[in-house]
Amino acid sequence: MAAAERYLQMNARELRLELEERYAAYSACLDEERFEDWPAFFTDDCIYKIIPRENVERGLPLATWFCEGRAGLLDRVVAIRKTMMYAPRYVRRLVTGLRIVGWEGETLAVRANYLALETLLDEPTRIFNCGEYRDRLAVVGGELRFREKLCVFDSLLVPNSVIFPL
Amino acid sequence: MEVRQAHQWPAQGIARVPFWIYSDPGIYALEQERIFCGPSWSYVALAVEIPRPGDFKRTFIGEKPVVVVRDADGAINVFENRCAHRGVQFCRKHLGNAAEIVCPYHQWTYDLKGNLIGVPFRRGVKKQGGMPADFDPKDHGLRVLKTHVRNGVVFASFAAALEPFADYLGESMLKLFDRVFDGREIEVLGYSRQLIPANWKLMFENIKDPYHASLLHVFLVSFGLFRADSPSKCQMDATGRHGALISWKGEEKRTDDHADMRAFHDGFKLSDQKMLQPVREFPEYTVVMTTLWPNLIIQQQSNTLAMRQLVPRGPSAFELAWTFFGYADDDAEMRTRRLRQANLMGPAGYVSADDSEVMKLSQEGVQPYPDAIGVMEMGGRDWHDEPHIVTETVIRGFYDYYRKVMEL
Repeated sequence: MAAAERYLQMNARELRLELEERYAAYSACLDEERFEDWPAFFTDDCIYKIIPRENVERGLPLATWFCEGRAGLLDRVVAIRKTMMYAPRYVRRLVTGLRIVGWEGETLAVRANYLALETLLDEPTRIFNCGEYRDRLAVVGGELRFREKLCVFDSLLVPNSVIFPL
Repeated sequence: MEVRQAHQWPAQGIARVPFWIYSDPGIYALEQERIFCGPSWSYVALAVEIPRPGDFKRTFIGEKPVVVVRDADGAINVFENRCAHRGVQFCRKHLGNAAEIVCPYHQWTYDLKGNLIGVPFRRGVKKQGGMPADFDPKDHGLRVLKTHVRNGVVFASFAAALEPFADYLGESMLKLFDRVFDGREIEVLGYSRQLIPANWKLMFENIKDPYHASLLHVFLVSFGLFRADSPSKCQMDATGRHGALISWKGEEKRTDDHADMRAFHDGFKLSDQKMLQPVREFPEYTVVMTTLWPNLIIQQQSNTLAMRQLVPRGPSAFELAWTFFGYADDDAEMRTRRLRQANLMGPAGYVSADDSEVMKLSQEGVQPYPDAIGVMEMGGRDWHDEPHIVTETVIRGFYDYYRKVMEL
């Protein structure tokens, strides 16, 4: 609780700095393909979704990618490493326009724009997916972790496949 | 349209596929004309997507944009998404509602049956201009397509005359269709759209080829969802244009056959077991993947149901538009189950992402080698229903019909 207290008492500027660090670490983890480290950014009971904006706007529940709990994230990591067949690629995530919506109890609501760029062999880098993170973070183990992370994307027509997390 | 002399189908017939069919612009144009605008029933919508009068859905048949509209009488009409005046594609939203259709350019206005009901300045302005006196709006309505609705699924055709839908599907395909669309109200769970950089036929080949599933899809095999030794069969209609891959739960034992499956990892276990806890929902079969000529795949993989609509975008790409659904009377548990199992499918699907990736690789291999020829001899060189899935028979059936339609 004491740790949560520390975040609750931070002023907006301090909190923003903390969050920017956190989001930069999250992007770096994925950009560098350290997928095994990815679940550690989440709480055990997390929800992670990549979901088309049109579904959200129509109140439709279907997500393109839907993980429940850290166990669900781990399964995706195993799939990326062991089961799925895909062409080699780089994906780089740019996160900007971070907005602190505010505390809801001990959960912090945050929104940010993201842009994921994809580079495939023989093709110039392209915009792969652009959207908004709609996140809720909780303080666990002395740090802010995602209890819920929704990647709500504008890029409705997905260029081929979504293999790596956003 | 003339087919180049070089474009002769190999003498071995349907046991071969010449690679120029995947990239030649002339072939592609001929496909648009004969297949998508020909005497075929194309899938366009689920009726439940447009429940109220004025509801519309924007979609495509082949490359041609069309709109599916429910009119004031509750009937469903399909017409070209092209103003009869100067050709503007007037409808620009995936889904919506409108009392009438107004083209934004000169505000020609149509009712929900496609009749032209308003032409601004028709009588001129201050006695100047205006349409000729004999201009008759009746002659300038939207082009209306033939439409058929079966158990909540809407099909349409550009052809003026074609078989009744039930005959078009044939008895065995109709039975499989009615198994999922049994008259219960459908509930749309959501959409997914992907642009796959491959020729549209590669998608059909993929779903008509059950033998790749136990080899490419490590996930399916590892978690026991699909195996070459599961009881299964392939079924087609009398023409070969429609097909279905069917499998059900049996008693699988570990055998030497698994040695051929690079895929097989004995030790795999999901961390999140909830994701895959299928329950028996339909009689007999656990998986039925149906391909309906010319643009639809009906997916029933355990409890994940979806329509996958193919929209060709030139010879080297197609859009795959997924509509995931369940039934209005699903309980909360079933709904959640469907949403969890949807992880198998779509652009990020544990299973189907392998397919979109491999289709891209196919296109990258066949396009630079149009004169090379593919081999399809697994399970024989002809096509007929089979009581197993170690076969390419359904692809051969598809190409038998394709060659007739295309005169290749």
